[in-house]
Amino acid sequence: MRIFDPHIHMSSRTTDDYRAMRDAGVRALVEPAFWLGQPRTNVGSFLDYFDALLGWEPYRAAEHGITHHCALALNPKEANDPRCVPVLAELDRYLRKDSVVAVGEIGYDSMTPAEDEALAAQLQLAVDHELPALVHTPHRDKVAGVTRTVDVVRESALPTERVLLDHLNETTVAAAKDSGCWLGFSVYPDTKMDETRMVRLLREYGTEKVLVNSAADWGNSDPLKTRRVGEAMLADGFSDDEVDLVLWRNPVAFYSLSGRLDLGERPERDDYAGNVLRRGAPADS
Amino acid sequence: MDSPTLPQALAALRAELVEAVPHEAAEWLEATLGWAADADWESSFAVATRRVGRGALPVSGMPAADAARVLLLHAADADLATVTRLYQQGDAAERRAVLQALSYLHLGPEAVPLVEDALRTNDTRLIVAAVGDYAAAHLDQHQWRHAVLKCVFTGVPLTAVSGLATRTDAELLRMLGDYAAEREAAGRPVPEDVGEVLAAQPPHQPQHPQEP
Ligand SMILES: [Zn+2]
Repeated sequence: MRIFDPHIHMSSRTTDDYRAMRDAGVRALVEPAFWLGQPRTNVGSFLDYFDALLGWEPYRAAEHGITHHCALALNPKEANDPRCVPVLAELDRYLRKDSVVAVGEIGYDSMTPAEDEALAAQLQLAVDHELPALVHTPHRDKVAGVTRTVDVVRESALPTERVLLDHLNETTVAAAKDSGCWLGFSVYPDTKMDETRMVRLLREYGTEKVLVNSAADWGNSDPLKTRRVGEAMLADGFSDDEVDLVLWRNPVAFYSLSGRLDLGERPERDDYAGNVLRRGAPADS
Repeated sequence: MDSPTLPQALAALRAELVEAVPHEAAEWLEATLGWAADADWESSFAVATRRVGRGALPVSGMPAADAARVLLLHAADADLATVTRLYQQGDAAERRAVLQALSYLHLGPEAVPLVEDALRTNDTRLIVAAVGDYAAAHLDQHQWRHAVLKCVFTGVPLTAVSGLATRTDAELLRMLGDYAAEREAAGRPVPEDVGEVLAAQPPHQPQHPQEP
């Protein structure tokens, strides 16, 4: 089973998680930008974080045979903090980088005017940089939040076919599917979706344009939930091909809209004149 | 536009790159190197990977995009402010290219802070690029020894270190000897290349110390 986790916050995970993910079949992932578990106090804090998503995390992932891409944005929560909003002016230069395959995660948290502005501005950035957008739907007041999110996407210059609406569930999937957006589901141990309910939704709404992620972050989460969904699908009678569609080909198709998704060999890992071949020496510097 | 001062190594790199990439990419490269002295070459620097691809060159093994970026930096004769900005605003591949280009630019030791920054990371792609000719020429002896130790600790082979034969001194040999002893005490193998350096110049028979 090959797995592409389309939404996982690896900077909040340990290196052991990378190993377990690789063993479970994860070969590629996208890490969207979000918060740090506690509020940022300045723009520089974002810049260091973006640099990590463009440097250290891809390196850590590659050490375990996992290809790492990222989505960059001002997250919905911190769009409300005037100390953070000026990062919008820095995004332009970051969104040009090779391994950025989407603007995200953007969307609503508390549905404030500040969030309206950040969402609209960043949907436009996605248009300007020819990137798709990963749009988080709010956890509180979710149904209304999804409706409003779809309205804002429709008012933007970004076509719904270039938008992934994430954190969907039973109450929001129909509206999201009608919108023409891609459908993302976060599978968690005890919030959001679980694998049994996920399989039920796949039965009801089909596998087309559906992406499943573990979103694993600071909360109680499990980076192997994508694998668990694949197993639950097989147990329910879905074919290997259907599992592959949901866990690999759909995320590949969505992020390929960026024109930058690269799942090929990384020359810098193995071939660069033997220079970076590791000798198996300790890496505890 | 061939720079009359194109060092031999870069001329070879340019020939290898033009040969290795698709026709369209080669044309882009020739054009963009031609403008590099004036126009918006930094945009080309940013998109180099998308233009020449992710592949590695057949002879040098260098990623094609690294080669393109190094050639661009040289053709533009990038100054300290420019390389510093491109490094600080670069992703890992762009930073690596800046580090590899340093020795070809008209820079004195002022760009050492970029090398120091790379040596503070644990990203071996950056560490390899940081211990090239520029570091051999400009790091002071203390910094340089620690750069070598950093390679040892992060698993970067010592063949990546420029000037290893000429700059190795008694103090570095002592450090490597201590490291080997620590590994042995822990029942762990001593990396082969460390063993080779020590065997060539045993630490208890110091060569001429080269304190800066
Ligand atoms: Zn998230």
